[in-house]
Amino acid sequence: MNTDELVSLLATGSEAVDTRLPMRRYLIAVVAGTAVATLLTAEWLGFRPTLVRDLSVPMFWAKEAFCAALGAAGLVAVARLARPGSRLGWVRAAVAAPVIAMWLLAAVALFVANPQNHAELIFGQTASVCPFIIALISTPLFVGIFGAMRGLAPTRLRLAGAAGGFAAGSVGALAYSLHCPELAAPFLGIWYVLGILIPTAFGAWAGPRLLHW
Amino acid sequence: MGLGEVRLRGLLLGGLAGDSSAYHTFLKELSGHLRAFLRKRLVNLPEEVEDLVQELLLAVHNQRHTYDPGQPITAWIYTIARYKLIDLLRWRSHKELLNDPLDEEDDLLATSDGEAAEARRDLAKLLADLPDRQRLPIIHVKIEGLSVAETARLIGMSQSAVKVGVHRGLTALAAKIRSES
Repeated sequence: MNTDELVSLLATGSEAVDTRLPMRRYLIAVVAGTAVATLLTAEWLGFRPTLVRDLSVPMFWAKEAFCAALGAAGLVAVARLARPGSRLGWVRAAVAAPVIAMWLLAAVALFVANPQNHAELIFGQTASVCPFIIALISTPLFVGIFGAMRGLAPTRLRLAGAAGGFAAGSVGALAYSLHCPELAAPFLGIWYVLGILIPTAFGAWAGPRLLHW
Repeated sequence: MGLGEVRLRGLLLGGLAGDSSAYHTFLKELSGHLRAFLRKRLVNLPEEVEDLVQELLLAVHNQRHTYDPGQPITAWIYTIARYKLIDLLRWRSHKELLNDPLDEEDDLLATSDGEAAEARRDLAKLLADLPDRQRLPIIHVKIEGLSVAETARLIGMSQSAVKVGVHRGLTALAAKIRSES
């Protein structure tokens, strides 16, 4: 088959293509993954009993904003990396900014606290399980996001995979935060970030294996 | 934005909206640009050029739903071309054969070469290896030019199965090329 014949083959009978469909599928995957992650938190771990009272605690909102900002940046990174030729641009800074902000907050919290309280601020009650639970709860998001990326055409596979894992981990952390009793900035800056990095590392590993086309 | 960019983008958008003659012109002109681009860069592998042009046309076609109309078309095509090319060179560990660096996307639409050479790999043979549910829809719809409805009646499949067969068949064809090389 020569190239002109191939061109004719490809063009013949070609129908309209909805270029917004992949993004719509991606959104549905994210919404569904978030719903499953939240349900998992509610059924398996239970929402924290003080949830309603926490709504008036500023640090609770700082925690929610932290996870939501990371999740939003990760989801935008995925949307860009899933299409050939899109650039990350400001998204890199948007991923780093919430982490830096949380670390600054943690530094202030440790600086003003009595040194004998430092261990409590850093380890809380749940440091040994927190990162693993976040990784587990982000699984449905990971599956959904990777499914959506497979329907598009990422070209930087390791980076795209890492971004998918990062977005899943961040939104998973947001769901988990409805159970998690910890509110100290040093705790969040270490263990939440580690919890998000687990699916990120897994995504970087899985990207070249699952996303090639 | 060069003239080539504006023109090709208009043709592709027409194609994505369902105008198959605009889409035909798009692919035809794109193949000229790709051929010139690759000839310049694969001076040591001249016999590979036409195979690659075909592989890239198939990739662009299979991924056309990933084009964001707000995005420069040069960057989109260039990234697809580079991805496939690096993939190929990695498989063959021929990286040293690359004559020119692959980092000048502005070059992509600057030149064109309309002279199609013979491809070494015959896509028709790969097509013949596809299962019937993919091969028959491609032959009737894409080569003979029958409508989806006529094809569906002719081979006793539903219309949506015919469309799925065309789509999956062309994706499978791209995968076969990849595993072959």
